[in-house]
Amino acid sequence: MSFQAPDAGAAATATEQEQQGRTRSVTPGRKGRRSDRARSENRLGWMLAGPAFVLMLAVTLYPILQAAYDSLFSLRLTVPDDREFVGLQNYGVVLTDRLFWYSLGVTLFITVVTVLIELVLGFLLALAMHRAITRLRGIVRTAILVPYGIITVVSAFAWFYMFDINAGGYMNAWLDWIPGIDENLNWFAQRGTALFVIIASEVWKTTPFISLLLLSGLSQVSGDLEEAAKVDGATSWQVLRRVILPNMKAAIMVAVLFRALDAFRIFDNIFIMTNGAQGTEVLSLLAYRTSIGRLEIGLGSAISVLLFACVGILAFIAIKGFKVDLAGGKER
Amino acid sequence: MAVAVALAAGLGACAGSETDTPTLTWYINPDDGGQAELARTCTEEADGRYQVETSLLPRDASSQREQLARRLAAGDASIDIVSLDPPFIPELAEPGFLAPVPEDLQNTEGVVQGAVDSATWDGELVTVPFWANTQLLWYRTSVVEAAGLDMSQPVTWAQIIEVAEEEGKLLGVQGTKAEALTVWINALIASAGGQVIVNPEAPADEVELGMDSPAARAAAEIVSAIGEAGLGGAGLTTADENASMNVFASDEGSFMVNWPFVYPALSAADPAVVEDMGWTIYPRVSEDQEPAPPVGGINLGVGAFSRYPDLAYDAIACIIRPEHQAQYFVTNGNPPSAVAAYDEPEVQEQFPMADTIRDSLELAVPRPQTPYYNDLSLSIQETWHPVSAVDPGTTPAESASFIIAVLRGESLI
Repeated sequence: MSFQAPDAGAAATATEQEQQGRTRSVTPGRKGRRSDRARSENRLGWMLAGPAFVLMLAVTLYPILQAAYDSLFSLRLTVPDDREFVGLQNYGVVLTDRLFWYSLGVTLFITVVTVLIELVLGFLLALAMHRAITRLRGIVRTAILVPYGIITVVSAFAWFYMFDINAGGYMNAWLDWIPGIDENLNWFAQRGTALFVIIASEVWKTTPFISLLLLSGLSQVSGDLEEAAKVDGATSWQVLRRVILPNMKAAIMVAVLFRALDAFRIFDNIFIMTNGAQGTEVLSLLAYRTSIGRLEIGLGSAISVLLFACVGILAFIAIKGFKVDLAGGKER
Repeated sequence: MAVAVALAAGLGACAGSETDTPTLTWYINPDDGGQAELARTCTEEADGRYQVETSLLPRDASSQREQLARRLAAGDASIDIVSLDPPFIPELAEPGFLAPVPEDLQNTEGVVQGAVDSATWDGELVTVPFWANTQLLWYRTSVVEAAGLDMSQPVTWAQIIEVAEEEGKLLGVQGTKAEALTVWINALIASAGGQVIVNPEAPADEVELGMDSPAARAAAEIVSAIGEAGLGGAGLTTADENASMNVFASDEGSFMVNWPFVYPALSAADPAVVEDMGWTIYPRVSEDQEPAPPVGGINLGVGAFSRYPDLAYDAIACIIRPEHQAQYFVTNGNPPSAVAAYDEPEVQEQFPMADTIRDSLELAVPRPQTPYYNDLSLSIQETWHPVSAVDPGTTPAESASFIIAVLRGESLI
């Protein structure tokens, strides 16, 4: 190819120079000039991106390191003089506490269930958006995206008031044809029903996000491939399984990863609806209550660091599990 | 040289601004504008010595505490005067986040006892009582008449449970997993002659509890009786003060324990219910023991890092004057801590239960005054919720061991 020629030429020049004598130092001609330019471009790149990079470090890495440092102390904000280095003792307390493991279990349950439901619903919505006739496409996309545009706390309050019988929630009246639901059902008084509302609100709120990501994957699947499969006599189900889904693996992976990490950090819905009562405690709520509510900075930091580690592990598993190179967006 | 002159002029201007009227920032809890009005009144009365500006804190008491504790721990000098919810005061007083109350404001003569108790930490007044709140027993006159209960005599929990059961009615109590539940349980234990903490001033790892006691078991019996019989209604597990008020206002309402805000609230929303509404002192656990109504309200403190602590206390002396408290009660519905304020004609006219509130405040027992109150309250909520699962045989003991583990840093909440 044409752009290889100068490189080849430069290499040849260097070899000739080496062969001509050892009195001159080896300074590849054109390659050296390119290198200078590359270096200056590199420098310019750093100058342009540097401030953003430093800012990112300041707002992300610094708090993480500070939390890791604080987690080694016994420190309550309102007893500042009793600050004491305790090593890994806070981690010992957290990791041997039933509540931590219970919260982790609830968090994982919510994560798995919401992501699975959202993946199926999101794909159906993406298909609907993809296949919608051109004139309606804009309206369909906008309509589907409305829940995602609503602030989480606001949607949490909306769902809470819909189901809370003390605040005149009307869902019991709407759903009383379903066995087991009557006007006296207090959704937030039992774990099962409380988790149902929390998960339903989460699914309602963030399915559009997944469907948007899947839609971008869907639009990358070549129509030729589908057509070829159909010509070969494949059924719609076979086209979906053998052609469409494998070709949008990267998009599915990104959707699952982003949503799983998001779902793992669930906070607003539970904070508003139950505040962790009836066994709906999750890790981020536990970290919040310990650090902010109880002002136990050391213990709370230890929970936050463990929460961060869990998110890291989750991301690692997702990336390895899907065997997708995120940077390139291609299958390895 | 020109630069030096300009700088000197600038510094001079700065020095000049220092002599201007000092501005005191008063961090207030949300109300109907009464505290802002008092800030204006006292600014006028100060006649240029200082001016008071208000700054709004979050809506609920625990969020107010979180913000204040964080800011005071960081040495925030902008906090001059602050409206404080009583149970959280020792937590701020113990590390020295509050400026000492001057001698002339230490005099508590003419202040209701409940408010004095809740403003005190370690035997000393660390904040100044402003307005005082207490819960009353509210009842539906029609239900009481049908059941033949004499409300002019002291009422016990057993009696109101019996009436509700007989009449097929509901009780308005707060069973939600929140501060309201701790308020209820503390009042029950105190009324049964017990106390949640025996030595509230001890360090966290030396605290002795009164939870595994006959008083706590008596409290658990009442709570579980209401929970098991469904007397709190279907929404009991998540019922806060507003939800209890709605239960009381419904056709199934009979009795309710709640703060006085319910009277103006129901007067506006449901005048028919107000016509059928009576009030008396909080119920007793047993006939031969005194009631121990919950106490709340707001006390005023001065931030330890304030630049003008003396002026701040001058402003507080103005804010808490009985006539100002009476004005605040009439306009915002928050009862005064000054006994004299209850005698104001306007107060008597607008709040027919004013005397009952004053009597209740004399009997009121505050929630445990300890720097670890929040841990204590969260632990009680953790072990006594839902109330239908409370077992008088096991809950008090489990609650005691859980609180100890939390206070020693061995357990999460």
